Amino acid sequence: MTEVRLPPAELDTFPKLLEFHAAQRPGRPAIREKDFGIWQTHTWGQVAEEVRNLAAGLLSLGVKRGDKVAIVGDNRPRLYWTMTAAQAIGAVPVPLYQDSVAKEMAYVVEHAEARFAVVEDQEQVDKLLEIHEGCPGLTQIVYDEARGMRHYTQPFLHHFDAVQAEGRDYNRIHPDFYAEEIARGKGADPAIILYTSGTTGTPKGVILSFDNVVKTAANGVKLEGLTDADESLAYLPMAWVGDHIFSYGQSYVAGFCVACPESSETVMHDMRELGPTYFFAPPRIFENILTTVMIRMEDASWVKRGIFRYFMEIARRSGTKILDGKPVGPGERLLYALGQILIYGPLKNTLGFTRIRLAYTAGEAIGPDIFDFYRSLGINLKQLYGSTEASVFITIQPDGEIEADTVGKPALGVEIKIADNGEVMFRGPGVFVEYFKNPEATTETKTADGWVHTGDAGFFADNGHLKIIDRAKDVGRVNDGGLFAPKYVENKLKFFPDIKEAVAYGHERDFCTAFINIDLVAVGSWAERNNVAYGSYQELAANPQVIEIVRGHIEKVNRDLAADPQLASCQIRRFLILHKELDADDGELTRTRKVRRRFVAERYESLIEALYTGAETAYIETEVTFEDGRKGTIKADLQVVDVGVEPLPAATMKKAS
Amino acid sequence: MVETLASEGVAEHQSAPRKKIGETLLRADNITLAFGGVKALTDISFEVREHEILAIIGPNGAGKTSMLNVINGFYHPQQGRIMYLGAERRAMRPHLAARQGIARTFQNVALFKGMSTLDNIMTGRVLKMKSNIFQQAIFWGANQREEIAHREVVEKIIDFLEIEAIRKTPVGRLPYGLQKRVELARALAMEPKLLLLDEPMAGMNVEEKEDMCRFILDVNDEFGTTIALIEHDMGVVMDISDRVVVLDYGRKLADGTPDEVRANQDVIDAYLGVSH
Repeated sequence: MTEVRLPPAELDTFPKLLEFHAAQRPGRPAIREKDFGIWQTHTWGQVAEEVRNLAAGLLSLGVKRGDKVAIVGDNRPRLYWTMTAAQAIGAVPVPLYQDSVAKEMAYVVEHAEARFAVVEDQEQVDKLLEIHEGCPGLTQIVYDEARGMRHYTQPFLHHFDAVQAEGRDYNRIHPDFYAEEIARGKGADPAIILYTSGTTGTPKGVILSFDNVVKTAANGVKLEGLTDADESLAYLPMAWVGDHIFSYGQSYVAGFCVACPESSETVMHDMRELGPTYFFAPPRIFENILTTVMIRMEDASWVKRGIFRYFMEIARRSGTKILDGKPVGPGERLLYALGQILIYGPLKNTLGFTRIRLAYTAGEAIGPDIFDFYRSLGINLKQLYGSTEASVFITIQPDGEIEADTVGKPALGVEIKIADNGEVMFRGPGVFVEYFKNPEATTETKTADGWVHTGDAGFFADNGHLKIIDRAKDVGRVNDGGLFAPKYVENKLKFFPDIKEAVAYGHERDFCTAFINIDLVAVGSWAERNNVAYGSYQELAANPQVIEIVRGHIEKVNRDLAADPQLASCQIRRFLILHKELDADDGELTRTRKVRRRFVAERYESLIEALYTGAETAYIETEVTFEDGRKGTIKADLQVVDVGVEPLPAATMKKAS
Repeated sequence: MVETLASEGVAEHQSAPRKKIGETLLRADNITLAFGGVKALTDISFEVREHEILAIIGPNGAGKTSMLNVINGFYHPQQGRIMYLGAERRAMRPHLAARQGIARTFQNVALFKGMSTLDNIMTGRVLKMKSNIFQQAIFWGANQREEIAHREVVEKIIDFLEIEAIRKTPVGRLPYGLQKRVELARALAMEPKLLLLDEPMAGMNVEEKEDMCRFILDVNDEFGTTIALIEHDMGVVMDISDRVVVLDYGRKLADGTPDEVRANQDVIDAYLGVSH
């Protein structure tokens, strides 16, 4: 690993860091953007110049110290510069999600008391014009793309170039202005307000100070050995804390180059052209890439398919071990090297992973198959656990200690403790200052001595890795005293392609049970291959062989669960396969396809009864809504199946007695 | 210093200045076109003015596409004349019409299916290229600079029509709506004075239609291109055109602003149908 040289600690704000890089590496690329089909590169020296002019331009527009500047748009260099320029003159940038509708935007703009907005294009200008009546505080709007703006004559609309030109003149007359302004900034000043997406109630504005962001970013840079030779792709929303740390904070600390894709649809093309060394994506994206690869391989000739299968098997066997530096025989190494030439190399090239040194995923559980696929190719994909309130990093998996179902060890400088109710709490340099204009929420989340409630339940495994199991409020207790983490169990079940949906029960019961939905595509193709005839979903779901397969999956999950003393009580003793798919039209799922646990429990009360009374079969009659709105009923006799469980470890037994 | 949002209403946005419609760009005088004994067009006169969007509408077989073909020189009318840029146009071939700045798209997409989007649009620049095939094969010096200049124009159009993601995709693999957009891009690459669009929205879903409408309006607005289009979707026609010409059985029924046409009794009977 290359030696990491962090900028001196007295550079405690981003404008100061920018001046540092402009002096240290003026000719190195700072940010790229693909425009008109060509990667346009801006060096650190150029960026500093742009930001100086923009800062003065914003000042002449009336931005004052402490003002909030809303920023709306896709990842664009000019919008990142706006952040630095605003920070340089003591204003606080407030990035907004660019795809939010006008009404959602109105809330944030109004709540943040933003007087100024810098936006990407006409689309965003239109949204702001639409909401301006509800946000009388918004006084000036600056736009980057002039397209379609010719007929907008409002005097409060300004083109980015005009603002910068104004600033250039100002700087010429006041040559010392910029240096004086940035010298006034301190590490404890608010650097940015990031609004949480607001899936639970109204969005909250998280204030992060320069110290929060700079120190956390620096810790991450130190831990992973990032240097100015690295390169990353900025394609996730600017309003999201991850992008702010990975594409802004860490870039300004380590001095590496960030690239902005041409448009949101071209991300994968651009990624391939660029070959970033540092990459972040939520599990969903890794899953999509893998699916695309697999589908394209299915279309390939049988020779290619055969070679692909053969070498992927070798990768599965040895790739991860080689990556983690564990011992592997010379024969395997040779085969893996051959595979590197024939399959892994070209594949990584197609995906844009050729130069990748470090990839993170976070946000939700990633399927072990997906995770291992990338790692076996030699891509150092790691999981981390973070939140806006922590300036991202709470835990990171250290190199060589990677497991699919943990989120790693505490990040540098972060302390973690597990509260009595199982909730994960943390304290560290990245802990947010407060929620903007919401002291109740602040005191609810942050204790006086700096500990933050995450709302997630978790525990430390024996190797010191943190495991997140569920939202704390969803975690219950089985009657023997053991933890019951429904989502953790359900996710484990859903990683099997045969299982589409699972609903686990066990809170205040003697043991755990589950409803299973089979995946019609996966199980249907299994049936086709094995000459199993079936006429409907219901018939396939009731097939004894299918039940046997599902039982096998559950037993495997039970074995996994038993390995964790904390979760051993979650083992599923009885299950049944539902006769119909859980459906949003029937109110069983939300529109985003999340199970509405309570509703399902009420609707299928008789089935839950059967799971716990020891009955062999359960009769159910359900009303269903067809796609054309008509209603009908489905009747079925469902088989209730017992599953073997591993014995509970002694520790839990003791607690129970 | 500057006036602020609070003091300024949004109302001004709506009353933004409309584009200027200029002089007559093309005039058809008493056009009659017959195939043997079948009269496709009978005594049709109308004009296309600079910077406007003119829609030609009419039921099936009314002679709309024939009219477009007459304008771009593919058909030669037996009677009547076409005045273009103030001069009478002689019987000519379509490529000469193209040289004079008339570009078009087709009812059934007519692209090179095996070529990429980018290459398809580059073909729109062929008429503007000066170098010959041998110079292009060597690709050096002036020729290289020329290619780069053309590529720049094409990239601006790609950016304008938001088709960056399919730049390198073979056109045959694209969905229909996008193929239509590529065809529009190729026509724009000619930097035409007059753009003829033959059913630009046929077979599209609502979202694709909305996109296409926006692009047509943007092209008209940003480049000042005069547009004559044939379209079946009445909503679209009434929304985006400045003037409408209505044909029926090869004759002109009406000619005027959308509102005038909508109120015309002949048009209602022939095309829009009797309202219930």
